[in-house]
Amino acid sequence: MSLGANPLSWWRNFLSLPNTHPIKTIGVALLVALVCSLAVSYTAVTLKPLREANRLKESAASMFKLVETLALGFPKPRLITLADGHYADRDPGTRAVLATERDLAQIGEREDVATVYELYEDGALALVILPVRGTGYKSTLKGYLALKADLNTVAALTFHEHDETPGIGTRILEDAWTALWRGKRIADADGVIWLEVVKGEGRGVFEVDGISGATRTGGGVSRLVRFWLGPDGYGPYLKQLKRQGSS
Amino acid sequence: MNWRLKSGFKPVIEPILVNNPVTLQVLGICSALAVTTSLATSLVMSAALICVLTLSNGIISVIREHIPKSIRLIVQITIIASLVIVVDQLLQAYLFDMSKRLSVFVGLIVTNCIVLGRAEAFAMKNAPGASLLDGLGNGLGYAFILVTIGAVRELLGNGTLLGASVFVRADDGGWFTPLGLLALPPSAFFLLGLLVWAVRTIRPEQVEPVLTENDGNEAARR
Repeated sequence: MSLGANPLSWWRNFLSLPNTHPIKTIGVALLVALVCSLAVSYTAVTLKPLREANRLKESAASMFKLVETLALGFPKPRLITLADGHYADRDPGTRAVLATERDLAQIGEREDVATVYELYEDGALALVILPVRGTGYKSTLKGYLALKADLNTVAALTFHEHDETPGIGTRILEDAWTALWRGKRIADADGVIWLEVVKGEGRGVFEVDGISGATRTGGGVSRLVRFWLGPDGYGPYLKQLKRQGSS
Repeated sequence: MNWRLKSGFKPVIEPILVNNPVTLQVLGICSALAVTTSLATSLVMSAALICVLTLSNGIISVIREHIPKSIRLIVQITIIASLVIVVDQLLQAYLFDMSKRLSVFVGLIVTNCIVLGRAEAFAMKNAPGASLLDGLGNGLGYAFILVTIGAVRELLGNGTLLGASVFVRADDGGWFTPLGLLALPPSAFFLLGLLVWAVRTIRPEQVEPVLTENDGNEAARR
């Protein structure tokens, strides 16, 4: 059927169709969807810079709080090449896709050059702060993992960005839980990483108590910590640091 | 003139006390329980709901004659959900800390029965002006309950209002010991129950008739 020649009469005819007419039904559905998606995308795009700025502020505040709780000076940012662990002069912005079986943290791809933070006291390394991220239960968790000078002991762990289930997964943000990480060991003498979140109560220096109800979030935290401490994460860099320290 | 003014604003005033969506229809109580830990969160949540409800009522009313019956709920929910996303994005951009404290509950306005209920019961049948006022009134009715519960919970649970100290707490050398229960969600249930009781004592016509066993059978037979 034809609805009319010029757009205006087309529109008028369209509106005057009975609501039960299939063209009217499909047309109204499409129009509503179009207008709504335009409104949503417009706000999402125009407000993105503001939301990003808020997120960065949050991240900086989280780092500041972490250093403050450890009562230390201010950490110095350093660029490092993740593959070999050497310091880099600049960040080319390139990223490497991770093979699924190596992608413990489920992040898909990883930057080639990362920023870490080193904190020296009286000329000796006191703390290394590593930005970490990975998939929890249903969202990407972003946080900082701080290691003590021996590079095998957790000094602190915080998360500043997530979208986990309120009241359950979000308990990873609570001080009561992050405090459990303090003093936990990462690897044994042979360099095998044992650190993980277990179900129920953690025993020994490698295990952190799980949060009941948030098994998947806890598992995600385990995997992301292991990934970033492993060979595809900061492993090479930590090895370099250790060599420097012992020489 | 006076009479016209009154009748014009009736849809705004009535849902606040007389026909309150929360205490009379007991709608939207999930978020009323979750976000009323403090007055500030209650206020922001109320503002978000008022915006969404007023606009959704208005928009749906404007296009009401062209919404096919077969897809009307989908169309209504699409409009409501888009408004909620826009409001949520605005909060994330301009009130970041507040949006973190409200977590998912702004997003969950989509599922708030008051919004869909007013769209279906009022906006689909009435002109845009009346629908806007109805949305505003019902939003204010929800806000009234939220703010009341939020204020009581923050005052008795924490000794503060909008973060400012009202009762000096015992830890700070005062006399007031915060009631821990009021910081927890069940207390909102108790307060809401007390409010429903109070409103229905003042207005006994709101009390639902008690169904006897016979009534139930009658209804089943029909």
